[in-house]
Amino acid sequence: MAQGMSRKPYVRPMTSEWIFRHPRYVRYMVREFSCLFIGGWTLLLVWGLKQLAEGPAAWAAFLQWLTSPASIVFHVAALGFASYHSITWFNLTPKALPVQRGEEFLPDRAISGAHFVAWALVSVAILFLAGAF
Amino acid sequence: MAISNKPIVWGPFAAGGTLTAFVTPVLVLLTLAAALGHAPDLFAYDRLHAFAAHWLAKILIAGTVFLSLWSTAHRLRITCYDLGVRADTLVATIVYAGALAGTAASVIFLARI
Repeated sequence: MAQGMSRKPYVRPMTSEWIFRHPRYVRYMVREFSCLFIGGWTLLLVWGLKQLAEGPAAWAAFLQWLTSPASIVFHVAALGFASYHSITWFNLTPKALPVQRGEEFLPDRAISGAHFVAWALVSVAILFLAGAF
Repeated sequence: MAISNKPIVWGPFAAGGTLTAFVTPVLVLLTLAAALGHAPDLFAYDRLHAFAAHWLAKILIAGTVFLSLWSTAHRLRITCYDLGVRADTLVATIVYAGALAGTAASVIFLARI
């Protein structure tokens, strides 16, 4: 019997249609696909470093490319996906970092809320340092 | 106990997920502003070049590139598995090598600034 099993093991068919079986699965996949935009923006950063190293003309060409329609569409999508990733990540922090005080655990909202406040402060600080105001 | 490479792979993923959650949206906002013709002051060549020439900025930029790309690579690997691609070793090799190559490129460019 064992011999028969090893000769013809059952391989469960695996397709990607499961994603659409429940809205929760779709949201999960949207979060996972956010990595394409976060990684894509990071590669854009690497390209920007190359242009910056090559001199003022190359940097000006990079800034010029940034204003192209493709770049604007990418940036709007990337902003949406990156923000969605941040929200899902901070909402999960109470699961990853539960804080115990005596017998009780701090409420989930206190932990994720602290992260959202920190996110806002970091964002404002970076905008300020970059001279966006 | 069996030796596992999971902590090595997962550590930078979690760090990258946290770092990108905090800084990527606002950094995208900065380049979006530049895309719409309202580049922040820091994007002027002289200022940005002086900023990126500082050793601390170089470390921060290279570190951000590494953690962000590694986190992306790990997510892509898991997503490939979720979508039914079972060649995990091949996928893992490609995505992690890509993340390391991108990081190496950023280090080379930063060294020239």
